[in-house]
Amino acid sequence: MIFGTQTSPYLHAQLSVGQVMAQVIYALVPGTLVLLGWFGWGVVTNLLLSLSLALLLEALMLKLRQRPLALFLTDYSALVTGWLLAVALPPYSPWWLILIALVFALVIGKHLYGGLGYNPFNPAMVGYAAVLVSFPIEMTRWPNPELTSMAQLSFEQTLQQVFLGGLSYWDGLTQATALDTIKTHLRLGETVSQISQGSQFGWLAGHGWEWVSLAWLAGGLWLLYQKIISWHIPLALIGSLTGMALIFWLLNPESYSSPLFHLLSGATLLGAFFIATDPVSASTTPLGKLLYAGGIGCFTYIIRVWGSYPDAIAFAVLIMNMAVPLLDTYTQPRVYGTKGRFGS
Amino acid sequence: MSAEHPYREIAFNGLWQNNPGLVQLLGLCPLMAVTTNAINGLGLGIATLMTLAITNLLISLLRPFIREEIRIPAFVLIIASTVTAIELLIHAYFFELYAVLGIFIPLIVTNCIIIGRAEAYAAKHPPRYAWLDGAMMGLGFALVLVALGAIRELLAQGTILSQAQLMFGEAARGLTLQLSADFKGLLLAALPPGAFISLGFLVAGKNYIDQRRAKRTESTTLLKSVSATE
Repeated sequence: MIFGTQTSPYLHAQLSVGQVMAQVIYALVPGTLVLLGWFGWGVVTNLLLSLSLALLLEALMLKLRQRPLALFLTDYSALVTGWLLAVALPPYSPWWLILIALVFALVIGKHLYGGLGYNPFNPAMVGYAAVLVSFPIEMTRWPNPELTSMAQLSFEQTLQQVFLGGLSYWDGLTQATALDTIKTHLRLGETVSQISQGSQFGWLAGHGWEWVSLAWLAGGLWLLYQKIISWHIPLALIGSLTGMALIFWLLNPESYSSPLFHLLSGATLLGAFFIATDPVSASTTPLGKLLYAGGIGCFTYIIRVWGSYPDAIAFAVLIMNMAVPLLDTYTQPRVYGTKGRFGS
Repeated sequence: MSAEHPYREIAFNGLWQNNPGLVQLLGLCPLMAVTTNAINGLGLGIATLMTLAITNLLISLLRPFIREEIRIPAFVLIIASTVTAIELLIHAYFFELYAVLGIFIPLIVTNCIIIGRAEAYAAKHPPRYAWLDGAMMGLGFALVLVALGAIRELLAQGTILSQAQLMFGEAARGLTLQLSADFKGLLLAALPPGAFISLGFLVAGKNYIDQRRAKRTESTTLLKSVSATE
């Protein structure tokens, strides 16, 4: 799909949807490689299964909806959804978990609403939230990065876990994530400095996780540099989350984790650069983008600290997706040469 | 309404054409809240069916005595007393089911289907049609409740007709069908979003069937007109 340039002063990059999505995939590569380094073959199986099933489901839905297959499959949007889900789901996820997540993402979240461009919710996050609510045990099985690197767990063992389940010592390989540990131990009355002594913690945030987050940041900065995304959403999301974290951390550093910890833990940076910036489900006006992403940051902090889930990017994105039509209506910029808003 | 088959017309209207659950989308609150399994749906469905048939009959009978200006309060009074009687019946004979359905039985009073049929149908038609309209609308609603309950129960727990003993006594315990033992269960289906998504699929399924029927009748009438001209 190529959007024509209509009026002369505006220069336009003439990017097609496929070109944009390809850039997003390139930007996802560094983070995925770091994730692969820490968590081993499980990331590979997640990615391969997720991408192939995403293409399959997309083709099936296009066929059912009698849309041209080649045109829509080569816009790579299904691949981006599949890729985001593959890195969001815990590595070594069983095949059926990935399939159900993708059915909710692509069939219900995207095509039932009319396909690419018409989905009010971020498809990957619809799928993620559906399986997060439905399968709490499988979704909290994040492996211990020390024990599941490629040298530790062979490809055959990975395949066995993914397709047959029940790798006998699987429970010994998993570990609560840093965000999860903070949450449960704070409820037990321990202080942040005590909890941070645990083996899950590295020099800034979760051991291993901090590097994954930094790699997402690198990919995101490249997207900014390529002008695929604008600065509004990442900055407002990071800003509001840091702001909230800073206020409570300054009030009581022993019961609230530091802003830096919140930034580098969980899906904050993946969400700020790759998930919240989805051009279809995000707000489109500059002020709307700031409010939308600011809301995501606030909700993420609120759910992380006072809610019952350790991380909340998916829920926060879905909540703010609902506000997008309203934000877009009330934040339309003034049309040049007119007085007041809405071009009236 | 066609004059030749009024009863058939009423039945088709309530069960399919104007189904309260799938077309009018009335009474969504109990529809969502109660249908976590098929038996709960059946229980509330029967309660609603009885209420609808009785209130429609009563209102149609009392039609000449109810003044136009105060008809709504009068309808509400009739409906509330009927529902209270039914609630007491369920409380007396199906206590466990009563414990499961809880507040949703008295809430039938506020179900918009009941007052809707009273105002739209019973207040304008003679009793012999009105009671049937109530019964058919109630049956249509009950079928949707059971279907939705069965779908959600199957997805969330992997069973069908669990807790059948609540309605049919201890002998019915064996009616429960269970999928394979290691079925994980899609917890989402038991939660409110699961109810909305399942209902959406049911409505879509009904519309799909209607469209296919419309297309088929269209093509047959076209065929007839073509053969008539030849």
